[in-house]
Amino acid sequence: MDTAAEVALPKPEVAAKRAARLTFSMSHHQLIRNLNGYLFIAPWLIGFLAFTLIPILASLCLAFTKYDTMSPPTWVGAENFERMLQDPRYWASVKATLYYVMTAIPLRLVFALAVAMLLNSDRRGVGIYRAMFYAPSIVGGSVAVAVMWQQVFGTEGLVNYCLAFIGIPRVVWLGNPHTAIWTLITLAAWQFGSPMLIFLAGLRQIPTPLYEAAAIDGAGGVSKFFRITLPMLSPVIFFNLVMQTINGFIAFTQALIVTNNGRPLDTTLLYVLYVYQRAFQNLQMGYGAAMAWVLLIVIALVTALIFKTSSAWVFYESKEGE
Amino acid sequence: MAVISTLKSYVGSAKRRSAILGSAAYHLPVIVLSFLMIYPILWMFASSFKGPAEIWKDVSSLIPKQFTLNSYINGWKGFGGISFNTYYGNSFIYAGGATLFQVLSSALIAFGFARIRFVGRNFWFTCMLLTLMLPAQVLIIPQYILFKQLGWINTYLPLLVPRLGGSAFFIFMIMQFIRGLPKELDEAAEMDGCSTVGTFFRIILPLIQPAMITAAIFTFYWTWEDFMGPLLYLSNPRMYTLSLALRGFADPGTGTDWGAIFAMASLSLVPVFAIFVFFQRYLVQGISTTGLTGG
Repeated sequence: MDTAAEVALPKPEVAAKRAARLTFSMSHHQLIRNLNGYLFIAPWLIGFLAFTLIPILASLCLAFTKYDTMSPPTWVGAENFERMLQDPRYWASVKATLYYVMTAIPLRLVFALAVAMLLNSDRRGVGIYRAMFYAPSIVGGSVAVAVMWQQVFGTEGLVNYCLAFIGIPRVVWLGNPHTAIWTLITLAAWQFGSPMLIFLAGLRQIPTPLYEAAAIDGAGGVSKFFRITLPMLSPVIFFNLVMQTINGFIAFTQALIVTNNGRPLDTTLLYVLYVYQRAFQNLQMGYGAAMAWVLLIVIALVTALIFKTSSAWVFYESKEGE
Repeated sequence: MAVISTLKSYVGSAKRRSAILGSAAYHLPVIVLSFLMIYPILWMFASSFKGPAEIWKDVSSLIPKQFTLNSYINGWKGFGGISFNTYYGNSFIYAGGATLFQVLSSALIAFGFARIRFVGRNFWFTCMLLTLMLPAQVLIIPQYILFKQLGWINTYLPLLVPRLGGSAFFIFMIMQFIRGLPKELDEAAEMDGCSTVGTFFRIILPLIQPAMITAAIFTFYWTWEDFMGPLLYLSNPRMYTLSLALRGFADPGTGTDWGAIFAMASLSLVPVFAIFVFFQRYLVQGISTTGLTGG
């Protein structure tokens, strides 16, 4: 650009003027572009500041106060956190949540993978089967299904009725501290649709020559699964594991409705439900905020842990050729 | 010759027979399993047509002996003098409004991030990706306090206004979609004197409709089934959405007309299944390409 201008214009001062005007118009153009950029992202930016960033910082302060929404918050230092350590209901909720996450999420992922492999076929009707396996997942979070699940596991409910056929006496699923959590776990495991679809997409990506080569080498189904399917699928497993684990920690509706506020004896008092009870039923906003912050940190740590271990078991194809 | 041809046809039919056997060995268990998957939903649906005496008598049956619509008629009357007309209407207002706001603004924001190079873009984009990992449940307390200060409790404002900020998930998804469109399109439009705003509305917006439909379906689902938001912000029964109404309806104190409860619960799932049947393609694509996790 500069050399072209020098050649065309003999007088250097004219060229300088032109260049100045050019840079001015460039910066004017840049200004417009910046304005346009911020114009388009403004809804997100305002929402982010007002509804995410400021609230999360405010809740960090709130965690060190006592606040009942009527009178102004009072600073109490680390009292809320100390109180957590001594609160037996808090530990009950931690126990219930960990138990729930560590059983429901692996079950959900195993079902998802098994069914995805079953449906990874070009046979006729697979689309309909896929829809049927996915159907519970689109309604799974609803109150309608939670209400239904409560009746499925009711004393006179569907499960007991079916068990009676094979001679098993009635079980009080929802009233027994040992079985109540399993009504929530089965509900979660039943909704494996989303990870199943993601696994299906992953399975489709595995090149078939890999299996053919393995078959020529005499590999059976089991060794094909462990040597090809699992390693090739490990990035997808990793993704599903992270997303579903986070989902597991924040389960709420089920414990409020199916097991009626975490009953019996707080054995199904999932963490977010306890935060809700403290903050909105007992109006202990400070204590609730402190618990929510601990949850956030735990989720971040667990996610980081999964990321850390991933280098040992997640296999990424090298992209050197590309 | 005759022997060979009969032998051939025998071999052929044996092959066919084994193929049929093989496909039966596949289809039968899969049909049984997929039927078991939706059995609870079918059971609730069937129970809603049974008489009150039949529901807990012949529990597992899917065919009502005496088909009756009484549960629907009684259920629709609702409770506390408010019928399901109101609850259904409220749910449509909430889900419809939230979907409209969230999808349109997500498209706008996605265009800004994907196509305009501005100072600070990478920083804000990273912030947005970080919010993807932030569970909304952690924010309920400070947000509640904020909305209470604003006097928004018992209105739809706390449920709808934040949707104008878009959703990080869908912004990201639409961005990926826009990146797949040739940049020459924008450049040509700008050459012809189209402003950036004009380029978005005239060129990009019509092209990203598939991504917007996917975003709209998911937003509608999640909002339709949302329980926590209405639970926190709506305490006036006239403003209840279906989720809150069903919970109130199924409350042990209110009633034990399980036929009516199952009828209204089934009805609340009708829009969800209708969208599922008609837009399944978008749903499956949305989940398998972007890893959206419903529920």
